[in-house]
Amino acid sequence: MPLRLTALAAALMLAGSIHAAERIKVGFVSTLSGPGAGLGVDIRDGFNLAIKQLDGKLGGLSAEVIVADDQQNPDIAKQTADKFLKKDKVDFMTGIVFSNIMLAVGPTVFENQTFYISANAGPSQYAGEQCNPFFFNVAWQNDNLHEAVGKVVQDKGFKNVVIVTPNYPGGKDAVSGFKRYYKGKVAEEVYTKLGQLDYAAELAQIRAIKPDALFFFLPGGMGINFVKQFVASGLSRDTQLFAPGFSADEDVIKAVGAPMMGMFNSSHWAHDMDNAENKRFVADFQKEYGRMPSLYASQGYDAALMIDGAVRDVKGKVEDKVALQKALEAKHFKSVRGDFRFNSNHYPVQNYYLRVVGKDAGGRITNRMMGTIFTNHADAYASACRMK
Amino acid sequence: MAFYRPARYQKPLVIVLLLALLVLPPALDAWGQAFYIGFATRILIFALAASSLNLVLGFGGMFSLGHAAFFGAGAYVVAICVDNGISDALLAFPLAMTVAGLLALVVGAISLRTRGVYFIMITLAFAQMTYYLFVSARVFGGDDGLPLAGRMTLGGLSLTGDGALFYAALGCLVLVMTFLGRLAGARFGRTIQAIRDNEVRMEALGYPVFRYRLVCFVLGGALAGLAGALLANLTGLASPNLLQWTQSGTLLVMLIIGGVGYLYGGLIGALVLLCLEEVLAGFTLHWHIGLGLLLIAVVLFAPRGVAALFGKGNG
Amino acid sequence: MTQLVFEQALNGLQFGLMLFLLAAGLTLVFGIMDCINLAHGSLYMVGAYFVAAAAQAADSFWIGLGAGVAGAAVLGLVLELSLFRRLYRRDHLSQVLATFGLILIANEAVRMIWGAQPLLLNPPEALSGPVEIGNFSYPAYRLVIIAFGLGVAGLLYLLVARSRVGMWVRAGAANREMTEVLGVNVQGLFTAVFVFGAALCALAGGLLGPLLAVQVGMGESVLILAFVVIIIGGIGSIRGALVGSLIVGAVDTLGRALLPTLLRAALPADAAATLGPALASILIYLLMAAILFFRPQGLFPARA
Repeated sequence: MPLRLTALAAALMLAGSIHAAERIKVGFVSTLSGPGAGLGVDIRDGFNLAIKQLDGKLGGLSAEVIVADDQQNPDIAKQTADKFLKKDKVDFMTGIVFSNIMLAVGPTVFENQTFYISANAGPSQYAGEQCNPFFFNVAWQNDNLHEAVGKVVQDKGFKNVVIVTPNYPGGKDAVSGFKRYYKGKVAEEVYTKLGQLDYAAELAQIRAIKPDALFFFLPGGMGINFVKQFVASGLSRDTQLFAPGFSADEDVIKAVGAPMMGMFNSSHWAHDMDNAENKRFVADFQKEYGRMPSLYASQGYDAALMIDGAVRDVKGKVEDKVALQKALEAKHFKSVRGDFRFNSNHYPVQNYYLRVVGKDAGGRITNRMMGTIFTNHADAYASACRMK
Repeated sequence: MAFYRPARYQKPLVIVLLLALLVLPPALDAWGQAFYIGFATRILIFALAASSLNLVLGFGGMFSLGHAAFFGAGAYVVAICVDNGISDALLAFPLAMTVAGLLALVVGAISLRTRGVYFIMITLAFAQMTYYLFVSARVFGGDDGLPLAGRMTLGGLSLTGDGALFYAALGCLVLVMTFLGRLAGARFGRTIQAIRDNEVRMEALGYPVFRYRLVCFVLGGALAGLAGALLANLTGLASPNLLQWTQSGTLLVMLIIGGVGYLYGGLIGALVLLCLEEVLAGFTLHWHIGLGLLLIAVVLFAPRGVAALFGKGNG
Repeated sequence: MTQLVFEQALNGLQFGLMLFLLAAGLTLVFGIMDCINLAHGSLYMVGAYFVAAAAQAADSFWIGLGAGVAGAAVLGLVLELSLFRRLYRRDHLSQVLATFGLILIANEAVRMIWGAQPLLLNPPEALSGPVEIGNFSYPAYRLVIIAFGLGVAGLLYLLVARSRVGMWVRAGAANREMTEVLGVNVQGLFTAVFVFGAALCALAGGLLGPLLAVQVGMGESVLILAFVVIIIGGIGSIRGALVGSLIVGAVDTLGRALLPTLLRAALPADAAATLGPALASILIYLLMAAILFFRPQGLFPARA
């Protein structure tokens, strides 16, 4: 028990006089290599852009961001997180893309009483019974974007749907989210291996079923390959594609190009949203990195702003965990997605929008806002959360 | 390769080393480097895993490229035990060893019918089979693996603290090394080494070669299962990555760097490789290039591993 | 239903032929030189990167493919002359260690040069859609891959079965010492075979690039499959490699496509959903274990 004792002693010593930290250390673990790398890179770039705009500071204190690649491997992520927490003694952690990695790393972070600001992974576990005071999600709960697609597919009157998703918790959350609002017939649920790149066998199966709509959730490189192969096999004429925003954002559009046209997708953010924060973010991001920001980038950006606002609110006294938690819950920042609030489980209550891939005024293929699907939508698990 | 015989200077060296290891956790803690207790535990566990491979490869002469299957199986058994409310290591660890050993029995019984590269490949294939079985079965958590709700207890003692787990791993390693040392000098060890060196002659002398090999293979598998059980406690996760063939490759690399067939080969190899990783990774993200070059250099210039550099009387 | 079966059969054929490109080089290096080359998959990866980089530079897939394959052949030559030549006479342990080292170097070098994110390689514009014959449609690019695979298989057959070099290669695989004694320049033969194997790897990598993704680590998973193929077929035998590839391609594709459906007919839905994917993914390994159990030397052993 030596570790626990020292931690307790340190806590007791600190309780009397909490000093403001001199700088803020953020441990950023993300998937920066392999097929899921595009997501992690966008989150990182969005996060860094915010810090750059804040003159290298978070809440007025100089910021140090330690970045590490988890290689989409829970073991490596966990080892890295251990190092960040115990050796580098970071004040915040963020960056994880995939829910399975989040679930592997979470317990270590919470045990260390360090706040984790999720800029992507929003597993149902942490939204419901296992909700934790040290976990905040600034993006969405995994189901949300899928629920929104389910609603659209239902409202548009499709009757025969095939679902394709990888066999991992994020994938299963996607199916349950979609089916929560889509009540028609699901002809087949196809589960692929996470990281699978060749979908020939699955596409043949789909061709045999002849669905009128296909809902897929395949983040990163998987989605790029799937859409490309879907179009190459000639299925796009009879089957309408639907996807959450993850599978139809700038990273995928850039890789797939024209075949994406006309694809409907859902998101809590869009690059053409009309608010001052968003305009500045989109313009600066393009200037800095020479490409359009994706929703991942917007989430990374918001995560940095969220930390900034909370640290500013507690005047740099990040050791006062209770005050810091309150400050985080109160959301002291303006999000690029417009206004939202945190639910009792530390997940957002926010609007979800319908987007379609098409050409903008300049002839570039990109997403266009079509309308609102949900207003002030909360996730389905919050009621099971008893936040301590 | 000649028979294993312990060198004379080994005993005092081992005792000094053990004493140093005993005071390591409090020392690191006092120094404010508690993070490295976990790191040291990882070295001990991998030393154990590499030593179990040493029994199969170094002493038994069976070039298995599927050792990760048993390592990973041990981890999964522990995770399943915790899931089902068995959190005493005194129960779970032997169970992990039994399951890993049984798996090794099945794999070995089929694989040992083949020779040479075929043996290498069929062990590899069995390991891949185990990997895919765990990855695709949802009861085992699929791609995510099985997280442990918490660390186990050893008898009445909790392994939750990093120090406690360190001592548990150290204890296991000392027991296993003593066992392996005894075994290598005993009748069974001599026979298995003789089979490694000249199978035909041993066959002609009437030794049941297949059975000896199989027993050796199963023992190695069971010990790898023990290492896996410890590792699951350290990382809090039984992950399919433990079963991947590159994991077998890593264990092999450790063993070869350390010295195949030397009692302490696995131990030295785990220490060298993990420390190298820790140091090099601090300098550059691209440290794998350095490691790759090192491996090739070892093959070309020091083909018998680090242990051979000190190991007179063994070779 | 005919469409489904036919389409899946083509998928299996396409997968099998690509495996053959990889397995052909591997089985020869393995069979003739008795050398375990774990880095064979790395040649596939590096070849794919060469093709992708050249295709981007030249803005043409076909020029990229040619340049990439040539580049991989040169790399193979360099590797053979500098490293592999020293490994042939060493034990399997040394070969595994050195080529494992090569994998690490290749992965990291690629990451340094081209970054950690996958490269995009698009098929030629004309081939990006489906081909339609009556009611049946199939991606055009996959048909091209099948044509390539069949072409190379035919060429290899002529080369190995009909030419003088091929005779040496077969002789080398059957009995290396005897071939040497008969005055064949085995050293030169080894180099040629290795370089040829590297070029085939790059061809497979380049052709599959547009379908899959050109990324770090793409070689490892395919390497294992190539090993399975040559074990099933018999080490050192080109014919074995071809048959083995087609078997693995067919079993894997059909297993993935049909097993879930078949199991659902036989078992309760819950059990079928759990068992289906698990069984499909281990099917080829089960097959390999079964074949080795009955024929430990594979289907077409090169050595008598």
